[in-house]
Amino acid sequence: MRLSEADSHALSGAPAAPNYLHDGTTVMSWLNTRDHKRVGIMFLVSVVFFFFVGGLFALLIRFKLLQPGPFFVDALSYNRMFTLHGIVMIFLFLIPAIPSAFGNFVLPLMIGARDVAFPRLNLASFYLYLGGALIAIWGIIHGGADTGWTFYAPYSTTTPTQVAPILIGVFVIGFSSILTGINFIVTVHTLRAPGLNWMRLPLFVWSTYATSIIQVLATPVLSITVALVTIERIGGFGIFDPARGGDPVLFQHMFWFYSHPAVYIMVLPPMGVISECVCAFSRKNPFGYKAIAFSSLGIAFVGFFTWGHHLFVAGQSVFVGGAFGLLSMFVGIFTAIKVFNWVGTMYRGAISFKTPFAYICGFLYFLVFGGMTGVALATTSLDIHWHDTYFVVAHFHFIMVGASVMAFLAALHYWFPKMFGKTYHEGWGLVAASLIILGFNATFIPQFLLGNFGMPRRYYQYPEHFQALNVASTAGATLLGFGFVLIVIYLGISLKWGSRAESNPWGSKGFEWLTASPPPTHNFDEIPTITQMPHDYRTHEPSGVIRVA
Amino acid sequence: MNQFLRRLLFLPDQASTFALDVDRLHYFVILTTFAMSTGVGLTAIWFFIRYRRRSETQTTPHIEPKTWMEALFVAVPLMFFTGWFFLGYREFVRQYTPPIDSMDVYVMAKKWMWKFAYPDGPNSVNVLRVPAGQNMRLLMTSRDVIHSFYVPEFRVKMDVLPGRYTQIWFNATTPGRYQILCAEYCGAGHSIMRGEVIVLRPQEYEDWLASQRRGLLVSQQDGQPTGMDFVPPLGNLVEQGRRIAADQGCLKCHTTDGTRHIGPTWLDLYQRRERLSDGSVVLVDEAYLTESMMDPALKIVEGFQPVMPSFQGKLAGPEVAALVEYIKSLQSDAVRTGPSEGPAYAPIRGR
Repeated sequence: MRLSEADSHALSGAPAAPNYLHDGTTVMSWLNTRDHKRVGIMFLVSVVFFFFVGGLFALLIRFKLLQPGPFFVDALSYNRMFTLHGIVMIFLFLIPAIPSAFGNFVLPLMIGARDVAFPRLNLASFYLYLGGALIAIWGIIHGGADTGWTFYAPYSTTTPTQVAPILIGVFVIGFSSILTGINFIVTVHTLRAPGLNWMRLPLFVWSTYATSIIQVLATPVLSITVALVTIERIGGFGIFDPARGGDPVLFQHMFWFYSHPAVYIMVLPPMGVISECVCAFSRKNPFGYKAIAFSSLGIAFVGFFTWGHHLFVAGQSVFVGGAFGLLSMFVGIFTAIKVFNWVGTMYRGAISFKTPFAYICGFLYFLVFGGMTGVALATTSLDIHWHDTYFVVAHFHFIMVGASVMAFLAALHYWFPKMFGKTYHEGWGLVAASLIILGFNATFIPQFLLGNFGMPRRYYQYPEHFQALNVASTAGATLLGFGFVLIVIYLGISLKWGSRAESNPWGSKGFEWLTASPPPTHNFDEIPTITQMPHDYRTHEPSGVIRVA
Repeated sequence: MNQFLRRLLFLPDQASTFALDVDRLHYFVILTTFAMSTGVGLTAIWFFIRYRRRSETQTTPHIEPKTWMEALFVAVPLMFFTGWFFLGYREFVRQYTPPIDSMDVYVMAKKWMWKFAYPDGPNSVNVLRVPAGQNMRLLMTSRDVIHSFYVPEFRVKMDVLPGRYTQIWFNATTPGRYQILCAEYCGAGHSIMRGEVIVLRPQEYEDWLASQRRGLLVSQQDGQPTGMDFVPPLGNLVEQGRRIAADQGCLKCHTTDGTRHIGPTWLDLYQRRERLSDGSVVLVDEAYLTESMMDPALKIVEGFQPVMPSFQGKLAGPEVAALVEYIKSLQSDAVRTGPSEGPAYAPIRGR
């Protein structure tokens, strides 16, 4: 039974709050909320906080690398810093960033639901995330780990640093990710509004759905892997220790079986964001809706069969290397399909160059360049020279920052009025976007060249001929850092003093804009019946109607 | 053209037979990537200029791609990607198939050094001498964690694993000195786990090998040079010192490969400045080494226990000299003589 907002207020006797932000303003009303929108906001605040923690580590690393010799910190501290940068950015920012923050907020709105299928589980997922983060932070304060975020055995099983609490933290965060995935899958299957069949699902929902499948299927393998390393550290079982019959390469297979699909956990939701934003800012139907939707599922599927491309020089057989190389090409094909369709969406549209559109342009360039360098790395013989050098670092930062963070920022600006009912300052938005896109190029293009030049990653000291490019990269990183700080400042100001946003400031025909901004606690006064595809801009008719019974 | 692109992309010198082939594919792949990403970016900008929004309530037509367009979207990248793959995989198979006439060198990696052992020749630490134009196969294993053998100028890399052997081969074309880098993170000394490949002209290599073998020959004749062979006395004394160190049990507490054991390692000990337990610093020279053998408790290196017995009266003068010379010869960039300590591994050709 679904209750309308009026019904629920009649039952509880409380006066109708204007929107979810005003429905209880105490701290407990947030911490104990079942509202997917509030859980989403709590995730958003947390991931942004951890993004700045991880970013601080990145800047410290870049500062050290100004000098080739020992400088600023010692080798062990440096090793801890790049480890923590990786762990914080991957597990505490990128994986939950778009699915748990924006996914939680907009997914039920997009399918015309009053909440996710399991609101309590949703809140539990947030507390698991927070609990895991706290355990990991405890480990960081009590010595940190120096293994790199990849925890390669037998180094991770033998180093004397505090690896165990960080592994346990990652283990707990994994459950947060699994619960969010289950919740979204059930929500999409059971809570769609009338008229919203699968071929009308917004593309963001498709990509989040594909992501959820990966989260549910792959994360348990990560949990097993980190549990095995923890057991080996504490109990000395020798699973990855060749002296006792174990195999260190087994760790790499298990780790990448999760961590390669995890790349698609980090990049599919951004692709969904871009699918929405391209349509909204081009006022255009998605060019090749089915191609974009199914390629998300295709990436989720093929992503499970490419992990071996991380092991080309790790001692796996030549034949296996070739098989994984070839399979990796398919991810490139599915991504290419998406890229062509996004560009096609702009064709004969009505394009408005707002801040999110600037990030779309950045995203497209970085995704194509980063993606094709990924295919280049899967071209087995080229990987031999590039493997474990800065080329790889630059490649995955093009995907993780160039694509995922650009999309995160596009989402933040696109849904800012939806979430908070305020408008941000467009001028400052474009200034920050230019700073970030410029700073990003200045940071990571030198790193591609460093990789070509032969500088291995995770180097505290480096031969002197690498210095010039390292200095260039650090200069770029500084610019990038300023860009991010600028966003926090102007969005903070808008939050406090910004002017009231209209309900649908972009004139978007995405389904989440059918309700008010910010939405009421139960999302819709009446559940709309969906009558069109999302982003159908042929007419001005709303894409959903309220059926009067 | 090759040199121009190589410098533009900051690629190191091409010093092995692989380098040029790998780089040619590299140019093709990177130029395609540049063209493609710029093409997508420029198309987006052109669409923005051409189709910018005229009014806030503008409607747009509903456009869907034709089937041939969808097919094109799949076919064009598929063609390029599989093309790259097959070109690359052919080279990959070549790089992982050592030719039958390769010369073997055993490589032992440990935190944080490289040890090289020639099956019938000398051992060395951190310096690998190879003749130009010769196929070399390295058989590699690790004593502790995973390392990775990387020579950028050769475009070769292979992880070095504990508990198993991996192999790699190359044919160096240009005499010179090239850095060996560790590419798999292995702890605090990861970034300074560097060695050097010295590529010698074949004749220089033969000369070097011959000089090493003379030292060996002497040791096999129990250190009794005949009048017929000229033997450098240093090599003789060093070899003597090595045997004395083994016979007297020195090596039970002192390592010669840099690892910390009951006593300080002998590797790079000579001319090292050691901090003593009383806070003072001493330069390790012949005098200090001799004094430490005779009265070990006098000057204890910081962090070690005073457990070494005195060798006063147990070692004759020439024996002490031989030990000192042996310790002096243990420099990480120098070459040691002695039989191979390399592991047994079936060589490619029967010897």
